[in-house]
Amino acid sequence: MMTTIDLTEQGLRYLNETLQQQSAGTNQQDWTIINPRGSHAIAVGLDAPIQVTVNGSTGYYCGGMNKQATIMVKGSAGPGVAENMTSGMVVVEGDASQYAGATGHGGTLVIRGNAASRCGISMKGIDIIVAGNIGHMSAFMAQKGNLVVLGDAGEALGDSLYEARLYVRGSVKSLGADCIEKDMKDEHIKQLAELLERADMDADPASFRRYGSARQLYHFDVDNVSAY
Amino acid sequence: MTDQNHPQTEPKPESHVESRAKSQTEPVQSATFTKAVNAEIRRAADMGIYDIRGGGAKRSVPHFDDLLFLGASISRYPLEGYREKCATNVTLGTRFAKNPIKLDIPITIAGMSFGALSGAAKEGLGRGATAAGTSTTTGDGGMTEEERGHSDKLVYQYLPSRYGMNPDDLRRADAIEVVVGQGAKPGGGGMLLGQKISDRVADMRDLPAGIDQRSACRHPDWTGPDDLEIKILELREITGWEKPIYIKVGGARPYFDTALAVKAGADVVVLDGMQGGTAATQDVFIEHVGIPTLACIRPAVKALQELGMHRKVQLVVSGGIRNGADVAKALALGADAVSIGTAALIAMGDNDPKWEDDYQKLGTTAGAYDDWHEGRDPAGITTQDPELAARLDPLLAGKRLANYLKVMTLEAQTIARACGKSHVHNLEPEDLCALTIEAAAMARVPLAGTDWIPGKGI
Ligand SMILES: Cc1cc2nc3c(=O)[nH]c(=O)nc-3n(C[C@H](O)[C@H](O)[C@H](O)COP(=O)(O)O)c2cc1C
Repeated sequence: MMTTIDLTEQGLRYLNETLQQQSAGTNQQDWTIINPRGSHAIAVGLDAPIQVTVNGSTGYYCGGMNKQATIMVKGSAGPGVAENMTSGMVVVEGDASQYAGATGHGGTLVIRGNAASRCGISMKGIDIIVAGNIGHMSAFMAQKGNLVVLGDAGEALGDSLYEARLYVRGSVKSLGADCIEKDMKDEHIKQLAELLERADMDADPASFRRYGSARQLYHFDVDNVSAY
Repeated sequence: MTDQNHPQTEPKPESHVESRAKSQTEPVQSATFTKAVNAEIRRAADMGIYDIRGGGAKRSVPHFDDLLFLGASISRYPLEGYREKCATNVTLGTRFAKNPIKLDIPITIAGMSFGALSGAAKEGLGRGATAAGTSTTTGDGGMTEEERGHSDKLVYQYLPSRYGMNPDDLRRADAIEVVVGQGAKPGGGGMLLGQKISDRVADMRDLPAGIDQRSACRHPDWTGPDDLEIKILELREITGWEKPIYIKVGGARPYFDTALAVKAGADVVVLDGMQGGTAATQDVFIEHVGIPTLACIRPAVKALQELGMHRKVQLVVSGGIRNGADVAKALALGADAVSIGTAALIAMGDNDPKWEDDYQKLGTTAGAYDDWHEGRDPAGITTQDPELAARLDPLLAGKRLANYLKVMTLEAQTIARACGKSHVHNLEPEDLCALTIEAAAMARVPLAGTDWIPGKGI
């Protein structure tokens, strides 16, 4: 059964409260939100395995702190889409603004267009797959999880990176402090193939390069002072 | 200042003999290059890294000690000590939240991270605060069961690092505190060195164990007051507009920061002056960035008053609060409540002289111990070492903290009654005078015995 919520008519509070009240066994699995008109905080804090389709573009923090739900944005997403998500899936058909997937602890964020700067900033376990390009300072201080980019990456990719893995198929304008290129081993090809499949994207895993932390900034060393 | 000139006065006979025997001037230590300064230069030259420590500013700055209450007189009558009521309750978060925080006393426990503190210390804080009718606050590093389990009212910090941040903990918190800054280091992020990144701490923060960890100083997904307003909208939507949202700022530009926090939709503004403690940061940051607590309060209150928000958006002040007089003075200047960090740790046993031998072994002494980042705390509070942590009995620590909170409250009531107030919130700047010109200027109360407030014309 599909239920439609008109955001302009019914309001943000009604929308989020209704979606947040759904539980695992709900028989209202499918929700469509019409007239989002770039509103902020659409479908935030959901915690049930429901499907939510947003017919249009969203403002800040769409799908923020998502758990379990699958949220599909049929448009572009404003800053911080799927921020701090723990599980579930958020798919953006268009482009995503800055800080997409910021601090995400789990789940999957798929962006079919491009992502702006600081994509995956401070990510803590989320998987992010971007079909297009990503902007500067992406994966800044990224701790855990995977960032996959089919296009190019902007300046200072992976600056001050911890243990997150970055896979980029196109060019990387520059690497940030302590981020280095690493070998693509079988385990990485396998993992990447799984991530691409999950995002429903067709690309040869062997055509990607992998970047990760050189782990030189893990302990303070006076000779590294220019890197801080 | 040491006067190196010989005295011009007539010498007495016996000192005459002495001064003839003296052929050298007294060795003079420089006021600029003091022993401590020189030792720090040598340490820097040895180690090649700045000094990192815990605690707040150790230098002397104008503080609540520089203010006095006037008490009652012919024109103001006092209240009877044990008979006439002087209320101390405070409600935080009355502006937007469905469930404001109701506290029995106007003193809360400030955010101190699990990681910086042991699990047992967090439990002690929870027990003590609950017994005294007040709240505790999480910190960088997420919410622990020890604290949630023992704190009747728990404020969950929303920090730049977002370590352990998740919607379930957000919903089981009683209030949310968006941390923009801290008085010890306005503009700086957290720091936790490898020794304290135990497996449990590392796991909660999604970091490798044993690394030197620096938390972010800026939020990753918003910049500026307009974004913050949207961030707060998101947090309210996630938590059903139930929980008060506090914004914590370090004492830097209190007038503007308070106004902007109100604009961004805060229910409560937490303002932390430069004496405020930290678990660890650079000494240079602690001592040279930010303004004294005393200087923060009036500009913040002015901003609230101009916006018609004084008492509607509550103001919580912290940074060097030690006793009931400090509490009463902060309230008289317009705060709704105060918050304590360092003092709560001391009440539980931090820097207790009973561990003097252990402090000596660490090259320090009780009262001066501030290497909280090293995890070797003799009192077992700022550590993740199970053996040291076992030195702190959370039940006893909680009892001690509750006692201390009650004493502070009684002291504040004593002062309020002497000023004729039936609620501690009725204290006002007119009840105060200042001992120094600096304090008079900062607190905007007259210098004692005069009607002069520097900067107020006349
Ligand atoms: C050990 C310790 C850890 C702290 N951790 C945090 C923290 O995680 N987040 C935060 O906002 N402030 C933190 N603070 C600062 C306190 O919240 C508070 O602002 C300060 O302690 C108040 O000043 P006082 O110590 O003079 O009472 C910490 C302070 C101490 C002493």
